[in-house]
Amino acid sequence: MKEGVISTDTVVGDVAVQLRGITKTFPGVRANYDIDITVRRGTVHAIVGENGAGKSTLMKTLYGMHRPDEGTIEIDGQVVTLRSPSDAIARGVGMVHQHFQLADNFTVLENIILGDEPASRAGVIKMDVARGRIQEIGRAYQLSVDPDALVEDIGVGDRQRVEIIKVLYRGCKTLILDEPTAVLVPQEVEQLFSALAKLKSQGLTVIFISHKLDEVLSVADEITVIRGGTTVTTVLPSEVTARQLAELMVGSELPSPETRESTVTDRKILEVAGVSLANDAGRLVLDDISLTIHAGEVLGIAGVEGNGQAELVETVMGLQKPQAGTVVLGDEDITAWSTRTRREAGIGYIPEDRTRHGLLLEGTLWENRILGHQTEAPNAKGVLIDRKGARADTERIVADYDVRTPGVDVMASALSGGNQQKLIVGREMSGNPRVLVAAHPTRGVDVGAQAQIWDEIRKARVAGLGVLLISADLDELIGLSDHIKVLLRGRFVADADPHTVTPEQLGSAMTGAGGEGS
Amino acid sequence: MSEPRSGTKLGLPTPGDVLSPLALQKRTFKLTGGRLAMLVCALIAVLSLVRIVTGAGELDSAGTIAAAIGFAIPIGMAGLGGLWSERSGVVNIGLEGMMILGTWGAGWAGVTYGPWWGLVAGTLFGALGGLLHAVATVTFGVDQIVSGVAINLLGLGVTQYLSTLVWPGQPTQSPSIPAIPTFTLPWISDTAKSIAQQGWFFVSDVASIVRAITFQVPYTTVIAIALLPITFFILWRTAFGLRLRSCGEAPYAAESLGVNVYLHKYVAVFVSGGLAGFGGAVLATVLSGIYREGQTQGQGFIGLAAMIFGNWRVGGLSAGSLLFGYTQAMQLRSGEAVHALLLVIVIGMVALAAWQLYRRRMVPGIVSLVVAGVVFFWYANTDSVPDQVSYVTPYVATLLVLSLASQRLRMPAADGKPYIKGQDH
Amino acid sequence: MRKLLLALAAPVLALGFALLVTTVILLLSGHPPLEVYRQMWDYGTQPDSIVLTINLSTTYYIAAVAVAVGFKMNLFNIGVDGQYRLAALFAAFVGGHVELPPVLHVGLIIVVAMVVGAMWAGVAAVLKNRRGVSEVISTIMLNYVATGIIAFLLAPDRFAELIEGSNNIGTKPIGPSGQVPGFDVVSGASSQIYGTIVLAVAVGVGFWWMLNRTRFGFDLRASGLSPTAATASGIDAKRMVLFVMLISGALAGLIGIPQLLGAAYTYNLDFPAGLGFTGIAIALLGRNSPIGIIFGSLLWAFLDVSRQILDLSGVSKEIVTIMQGVAVLSVVIAYELVRRYRITAQQRDVGRQLAAEAELAEAAA
Repeated sequence: MKEGVISTDTVVGDVAVQLRGITKTFPGVRANYDIDITVRRGTVHAIVGENGAGKSTLMKTLYGMHRPDEGTIEIDGQVVTLRSPSDAIARGVGMVHQHFQLADNFTVLENIILGDEPASRAGVIKMDVARGRIQEIGRAYQLSVDPDALVEDIGVGDRQRVEIIKVLYRGCKTLILDEPTAVLVPQEVEQLFSALAKLKSQGLTVIFISHKLDEVLSVADEITVIRGGTTVTTVLPSEVTARQLAELMVGSELPSPETRESTVTDRKILEVAGVSLANDAGRLVLDDISLTIHAGEVLGIAGVEGNGQAELVETVMGLQKPQAGTVVLGDEDITAWSTRTRREAGIGYIPEDRTRHGLLLEGTLWENRILGHQTEAPNAKGVLIDRKGARADTERIVADYDVRTPGVDVMASALSGGNQQKLIVGREMSGNPRVLVAAHPTRGVDVGAQAQIWDEIRKARVAGLGVLLISADLDELIGLSDHIKVLLRGRFVADADPHTVTPEQLGSAMTGAGGEGS
Repeated sequence: MSEPRSGTKLGLPTPGDVLSPLALQKRTFKLTGGRLAMLVCALIAVLSLVRIVTGAGELDSAGTIAAAIGFAIPIGMAGLGGLWSERSGVVNIGLEGMMILGTWGAGWAGVTYGPWWGLVAGTLFGALGGLLHAVATVTFGVDQIVSGVAINLLGLGVTQYLSTLVWPGQPTQSPSIPAIPTFTLPWISDTAKSIAQQGWFFVSDVASIVRAITFQVPYTTVIAIALLPITFFILWRTAFGLRLRSCGEAPYAAESLGVNVYLHKYVAVFVSGGLAGFGGAVLATVLSGIYREGQTQGQGFIGLAAMIFGNWRVGGLSAGSLLFGYTQAMQLRSGEAVHALLLVIVIGMVALAAWQLYRRRMVPGIVSLVVAGVVFFWYANTDSVPDQVSYVTPYVATLLVLSLASQRLRMPAADGKPYIKGQDH
Repeated sequence: MRKLLLALAAPVLALGFALLVTTVILLLSGHPPLEVYRQMWDYGTQPDSIVLTINLSTTYYIAAVAVAVGFKMNLFNIGVDGQYRLAALFAAFVGGHVELPPVLHVGLIIVVAMVVGAMWAGVAAVLKNRRGVSEVISTIMLNYVATGIIAFLLAPDRFAELIEGSNNIGTKPIGPSGQVPGFDVVSGASSQIYGTIVLAVAVGVGFWWMLNRTRFGFDLRASGLSPTAATASGIDAKRMVLFVMLISGALAGLIGIPQLLGAAYTYNLDFPAGLGFTGIAIALLGRNSPIGIIFGSLLWAFLDVSRQILDLSGVSKEIVTIMQGVAVLSVVIAYELVRRYRITAQQRDVGRQLAAEAELAEAAA
């Protein structure tokens, strides 16, 4: 068992991690190619790239989750072969994943010591020893947590702290943070950055993966840009602007989510009034929610994940029934309607998690085109499925929405994330919806597809579609919305005008710190 | 994967969800030691009262209680097996088949080599069944329910065939297995017996219980009961147990920390089969004295129900097993005793109704009262209960228990979900 | 073409493996395997055996479809066994006490069977929907409860009468208007093919049509492929559970019909038991597909018929049970392997195809 606190007997400036010529190929896709990165000890080294550029694959290689096809990894000057995360940890490299790897039903302590438990010869866990070590780490790096709290009871920022302590507990001197600020608001980001500074001062090394350029510029000592699976260049933050970095990342014109002329009419298309929803424990996850969307309007909902966005979406879609309040579509009160009836009435749905809620992964593309619209033409005639009609229409969607696929008989799982999402967007738009509920519509989608999807939304908006847009991407929200509302702990706490609000103002509203936006 | 709980409820319970929608019951009724003691006393008091009123001494006689404990052992061992398996994330419907293998192993080895060897053989046979289940589900990723069903079929077939090889003349049952030795605490059990025979309220019933656990108790009972705290200790106090449970809660998190998920699942399912096999062995050796085809009668499944009832914890599992063991014991008792049980149910339902109404749950409260009324009507208008009804008691009890309890439970988060190493989540 | 090969690969592999295991066991117990197989084949291909095989497979087919309807949606109706026996008892009772013109008589019996089967399965559906009880355990429990109910009802002053000259007890026999005649199709056979084979065919066609051509079938398959996506798409999960269980139970009710209307004409202590579990095994063998189950039923029936000869040669019949059990277990493993292979193969193929297209496009540009 290793120490929790590291002593600085190493020189800042030594190379902690050296990647040379790393190449990794998967069936059909070359994820990493000839990657060269030098990470100096005692620094925060950022790796930036757009979605799908290969950052995650690279980090998995460094963390031992798979072996590279070519190239070498050097840790502390020694060439190593990492066969599993345990090897990486043994070498002092620890990873804090983007999606936390925590057992909800375990305590913080159990999560931290799992796999590296202080135990007697017989295998009995020494709880006091464990607790002591965790508290020691907490003091040394100012990362405090309650070891006996159940993980499901603590918040997102705390969970991330648990993940960091997990890594420090194992004596890691190099930390890899994969998109750590994706789920944090600006204030929590500040806390994280000061923690990183403390770690740096203790001689630890941090590899910081992100696509948020402003943050990267403020916290990193060195930045490596990855594009198309390979390293483009390494720069110092003092030498570049965010704009230049972005161009390096994308290599071409930036997608601009800006929308200027207003297409908002005064015809109300969706009205939610006084909706309250309680979860099984009796806690109100939606508290007196009211919103109005007009035809031609995009209403953006900003908020940190877990503040009620998912429940709002489900309430509008009929997947959850509110305890109070009404949902009105056009002139009709649809509060009591089933999901199917709502979809038939013209509510389109782009779900947040396409593989779980939007697609039948083992179904063919034309079967997936039918999904969600089983009762409408061209998919169905009466009680029967119209295969020919569905197939023909799927071909049309594939053509119109540029879904890259050899045919409509392939399984959905064979398509890339961006193409799957394009199929879903095409499917939902084809139903001529009056309202589109789009939850994180470009999450995990490559930049090209993202631009296409934004285009489709804008086109439909001009044609009179109303859109309820939930997104964690503040640029997407600001760029696409005509109006923004901020959701915090189940209530709307602020309204914002996307033309004038800044990400910082939104962030404050999203955490409840500071005043309103706009 | 860990996300802030937002109470989203999309989707059906996944298959192998030997349970309910993801109900997060935060206000669980805290069962402290004191409250547990009170509950037990209340139970004994009710049984005692009904015994005196109806004159059905068999309701909680020493013989009945001993039988209840006896039946609880196979059920409890199967349930314990289920617990080991499901805590590692693998649903094991094949427990019945593994139990059958256990009964056969005990029959064959018990007759040929003696009862203790029979127990060993039964445990091993069951463990082999567990190994098969592990191979199918962990290595090959077959749906866990399907694999369990297939193993039940295979278990039956294999034991049938082996029986024809070993006992060609009479393949549906074995010769008698020599008995397992028992122990008796002479002075205590005799005193208890005489107090029990007095028929006094409450005291005699307690004496019956004492008598039941001190008179001619087979050593297998001791072993089986010991396995309960041993399991608790291993799973909740050791590093191995923590890792095993992590496979059932967050296997990918465990994988990222270097835990060998496949290995732990294999061990868990192997042990699970062994425990079910042991339960079957006890069934054949101690309860029946022979191996007989089809003697498990669904007890493997009842064991699973006991595990669910116990919320995947050892303490609850034990209580559930005792409950179901009692119903099994009643299955063999006189119609009179089962008839008296009806009155117990009436009282129980009335108490339940009172508690529900107190908690302002009007509709369930009224329903309970109505049920109490119907059962009372049945009780008042009959003298005894037909044999077939006693036969179905344990199965109906299982259904009732599951119906009432399912919503307040929390199974391991990754239970029933297939795990493939290297797949992020 | 490749799809067909893949579809066949798994069952063929599994059966081959089962045959291998059986051969080894036979060798170990001192019986010559080839001789045993030859005996079984010779006996099984005699005209009377063929008739018996076809008749058995009729029943097996219905049983497997009843199970498969649920399995397709990952709804495990293990209670088919209790459902069909209960249904057969009630149907026999009603059929025996009623006199109607032939078609109506048969129709009534069938309807009663389907209704009883559906209702018994419905109990499990309600428990699942309302109380979250797993249908696996509840249907198994209900099997035992059904046994108890049947034992209770199959008594002289209730549903049945003592049959003279035997220890048997059974419902009043169904009169000629309720009996379904058979066909003399196989030359050289002394018995007939059940007329109710028509029923089995209808069940099969109906199953296939429902699954592939109707909206309900689409919803069913979607619920099986991804329950979460199905709910998000508007499918009402609880409605599906209820309807599918009712259908499964109704089909289960039909399992006893061939025997009831074609041979026994009564429900008594000899009425075949365990058909539900056979149905489960065959559904697994046939991968829950209407066509696959045909082959599974025929194979299973052939094995069950030809095993009878083994008594004469001193090999215990149960070796066939082992073969069947091993086949089921290996086939589910094989299906899973094939399924995974298909997914990765297609991902790879599509990746390659798209890359090739991209290169072509670049070259052309």
